[in-house]
Amino acid sequence: MIAVIDYGMGNLRSVQKAFETVGAQVVVTSDPKTILGASSAVLPGVGAFKDCMDNLREYGLLEVVPQFIKTGKPFLGICLGLQLLFSESEEFGNVPGLGIIPGKTLRFNFNDRAGEKLKIPHMGWNSVNLKNESPLFKGIPDASWFYFVHSYYVAPEDARTVCATTDYGSEFVCGIHRDNVHAFQFHPEKSQALGLKLLKNFSLLQ
Amino acid sequence: MLARRIIPCLDVKDGRVVKGVNFVNLVDAGDPVQIASAYEKEGADELVFLDITASHEKRDIIFDVVRETAEKVFMPLTVGGGVRTLDDIRNLLRSGADKVAINTAAVHDPEFVQQAARRFGSQCIVVAIDARRVLKDESPSAQTFDWSNKHPELFLKEGEDFPLWQVYTHGGRKSTGIHVIRWAKQMQDFGAGEILLTSMDCDGVKQGYDNELNATVSQKIDIPLIASGGVGNLEHLYDGIQKGLADAVLAASIFHFKEHTISEAKSYLHKRGVCVRP
Repeated sequence: MIAVIDYGMGNLRSVQKAFETVGAQVVVTSDPKTILGASSAVLPGVGAFKDCMDNLREYGLLEVVPQFIKTGKPFLGICLGLQLLFSESEEFGNVPGLGIIPGKTLRFNFNDRAGEKLKIPHMGWNSVNLKNESPLFKGIPDASWFYFVHSYYVAPEDARTVCATTDYGSEFVCGIHRDNVHAFQFHPEKSQALGLKLLKNFSLLQ
Repeated sequence: MLARRIIPCLDVKDGRVVKGVNFVNLVDAGDPVQIASAYEKEGADELVFLDITASHEKRDIIFDVVRETAEKVFMPLTVGGGVRTLDDIRNLLRSGADKVAINTAAVHDPEFVQQAARRFGSQCIVVAIDARRVLKDESPSAQTFDWSNKHPELFLKEGEDFPLWQVYTHGGRKSTGIHVIRWAKQMQDFGAGEILLTSMDCDGVKQGYDNELNATVSQKIDIPLIASGGVGNLEHLYDGIQKGLADAVLAASIFHFKEHTISEAKSYLHKRGVCVRP
């Protein structure tokens, strides 16, 4: 059973439906016991970093996420669920994150080749460059397209944790893989067939 | 590289997709869920549902439509039409919409956009603007809003430079006297994540987008611009991106009436050097 962690942020229904479509058993829950008892867990999230941290705290889940990750069972972060794993974010001043992956979340401030400032949010389909191997990209070709919507990006300290990058004026990290932790900036649940493929790969992890 | 998005728009009335020209002679054109799935297979990058249900009692049908669509279609879905309260937004997002488009409610209360962006995040707040050109000999009449005195700078003034556009409400029937470019900028500052800009001059005419309007707005804002209104052929999509500097192009009738498929549109744009998702 995959637990999709419900802490009041974002469209969990899409994540749930996407997993169901690939034949996985999934439950949307805020209950710490159910989360810790699940065979794998997903931390989605959209909106603002601080709101997400505040909500995790209010739902009593701030400790549960690191606790789950320590069990070694497969863990997937999506969008804000990637950014929250980092030490801090520069969104609205500096807000501390869960500190599971050393590094920061930074605001986009890139220009395009002609020197024009790029639009923020980075919104739409972009191609993903595969880096260090990740079991979640099994059967997914390099330079495949995924759907993004975000104004901040992560800068991990350890390059070995990077499994995917994307170009938006400059190359930024859009995929992290360290041990049992998998996290992506893009939305697999909004990325049609290849997004479903990635979620299927996650659901097959032991 | 970020691809330019092709977005088909479906008009939904009482839970059914309708087709018509300028909202008259509407004919039933099928089930929104099926049509959405078909567009997904053709390679649509996103979908927009515009709810044009008039009767208040039938307003809730859209939530079911969104719910069923989100179960079958795994791409971003924006829903607009009649979004007036934070509850409307919450219900649409809960039903499975990824973004909501706010139009008239923003004009009546710009701070509503601010509240919505703070509550739900800018990424899901699209502000839809209906714009029409101001003619040189026209003396535009301004509507008065509760906030008019707070933001007088948003209204058209004497001696503005042309070309000039003003914001309309009520499906393009009521002028507001609001300056489109300054309005778009204000909506961005209030937290809109995207602007959906429809030219009421071009809408339904099938002679192409108002690229001058789109380019002017696109250069003034830092958030993505979706161009809307006027597509009659594939070259119009190309022009909307190249001349109108749109980040995404929205079209309804050329896709509804099967004049072109989305995959045709994509391969056409690709051949002409536009970055699109295959």
